[in-house]
Amino acid sequence: MTTSLAIETHSLRKEYGPKVAVADLSLSVQRGEIFGFLGPNGAGKTTAVKMLLGLIAPTAGAGRILGRPLADMEVRRKVGFLPEHFRFYDWLTARELLHYHGRLLGMTDAACRAQIPELLNMVGLLRHADQRIKTFSKGMLQRVGLAQALLNDPELVFLDEPTSGLDPIGRRMVRDVIHHLRERACTVFLNSHLLSEVEITCDRVAFIREGVVVRTASLRQLVQGETAVRIRAAGVTPETLDGLHRWGREIRADGEHIHMVVDEEDSLPAIANWIVASGARLYALTPERISLEDLFMQIVGTSGETE
Amino acid sequence: MNRIALIARLTFHEARRRKIMWAAVLLGLAFLAIYALGLYFLRGEILEGMEQYPQGALTGLNMLVMMALYAVNFLIIVMTVLTSVDTIAGEVASGAIHAIAAKPIRRAEILLGKWLGFAVMLVLYAALMIGGVVLATRLLTNYTPPNILRGSLLMILEGFIVLHLSLLGGTFLSTLANGVFVLGLFGVAFIGGWMEQFGAMMHNETVVNIGILSSLIMPSEAIWRWAAYLMQPPILRTFNVSPFGSNAQPSLAMVVYTLAYLAAALAFAIRNFSRKDL
Repeated sequence: MTTSLAIETHSLRKEYGPKVAVADLSLSVQRGEIFGFLGPNGAGKTTAVKMLLGLIAPTAGAGRILGRPLADMEVRRKVGFLPEHFRFYDWLTARELLHYHGRLLGMTDAACRAQIPELLNMVGLLRHADQRIKTFSKGMLQRVGLAQALLNDPELVFLDEPTSGLDPIGRRMVRDVIHHLRERACTVFLNSHLLSEVEITCDRVAFIREGVVVRTASLRQLVQGETAVRIRAAGVTPETLDGLHRWGREIRADGEHIHMVVDEEDSLPAIANWIVASGARLYALTPERISLEDLFMQIVGTSGETE
Repeated sequence: MNRIALIARLTFHEARRRKIMWAAVLLGLAFLAIYALGLYFLRGEILEGMEQYPQGALTGLNMLVMMALYAVNFLIIVMTVLTSVDTIAGEVASGAIHAIAAKPIRRAEILLGKWLGFAVMLVLYAALMIGGVVLATRLLTNYTPPNILRGSLLMILEGFIVLHLSLLGGTFLSTLANGVFVLGLFGVAFIGGWMEQFGAMMHNETVVNIGILSSLIMPSEAIWRWAAYLMQPPILRTFNVSPFGSNAQPSLAMVVYTLAYLAAALAFAIRNFSRKDL
């Protein structure tokens, strides 16, 4: 049976003794979607991914990936995974490492030999293919890890903090890889706390705080729908200010300056009309796109540690 | 099966790449060279003794071989612990296991693959060392201890006890704690074995029972003593109490128990590892 959902979970929960790592994880990720999973460090992102991959057994709840139960052997053939801080036997060369992983995925020796140089090239390591991992920098190791996650043309790829340890060029490479995966209609589940990265790459995001998914939304909805507006106007009466509630929220006035958040940009002319009609003198009305970072702070707050 | 073989190959690859294999083989050859050299220079006296006082010379020669095999026995155990102690625990700690365990491979297959790799190494190392001692002795003095094949198999069996415990410990202990766990158990078996021998000599049943209990907890020493018993000339069996020999009556029940012990340890290791959150 094929389903349009790549990931589907219902109230997944993980407890370690009295500590709750993930309290309630309910998600649906469409096939072909680039899905960002956002939250502060320690929010339960890695635990959630490991549950989806069958590395950690959930305490409660259920889930399916690519239409199969979690930890299903067959489905793992179509799933790639870049763990956070990728580590592997450092006595292997990059090529050998990929070869072993390819064989574990059930690829033939010939298929490995055909695909490995291509992947090494994609992550910019072809020159270092026969160098031992021991001599690699953190960023190079992360690149091998990424190549490993792309072996066997997966349908679903989990990337746990893929840019950790990478320099700007490396980050750009990760973005390009994700872009390439999108073109191939591969689903990507991206764990990250680097918001700018998510902003550029993801279609949809979920915010997780203290083990609970607090909000899921498409990035377009989030970033284009909500707009902060700065207004400068003289002679605004409290009644006029009150009236602004029709179009937005978080209204704060400080002398001539008014700040508010509107749900859609289309309401801006109406706001201008309202202020002018009330007899106030409007000097400026400036829409400001809310950055994902502001949103993140709003939704997730300041809990958790920062890096 | 294919995946088990792949993990076994990886385990072997590691031993080769990290020069563990070469160090073990080269120092093993050094051990055999020293033994053969010593035997070569003692050979005149031994052969002369054989003619004049065969019983005594044979006893002395057997003692010499058994001393070498005792050292080999100890080396097999230490090598097995050293090579396998880090395999699961270390990979869990470093996170290297994550990328493997997320692949289409069962945890049981990962563990059995590692087992297979170490088992082959253990058998090859034991074959080199025991074979070397026996061959040197045979070539230089034309003497071979009795029941050498059965004795060797028992020594290898003892290595497997340590291997299984080390794999089991690796599923719930850190690398260092696992080493302490396995060698600590070896110590328990060692002192228990001695107590049993002295108890038997002095006809003290309580002390014998303490020894038997320790053998049930860890059967390694009991298996070595049976190997030693088999490889001694019958005359020595009645009175020899030394680490190189044994006066203990061998018991087939102990071997049966050990096989069950091995199976249980491996089953527990697989169960632990399969349920472990990585």
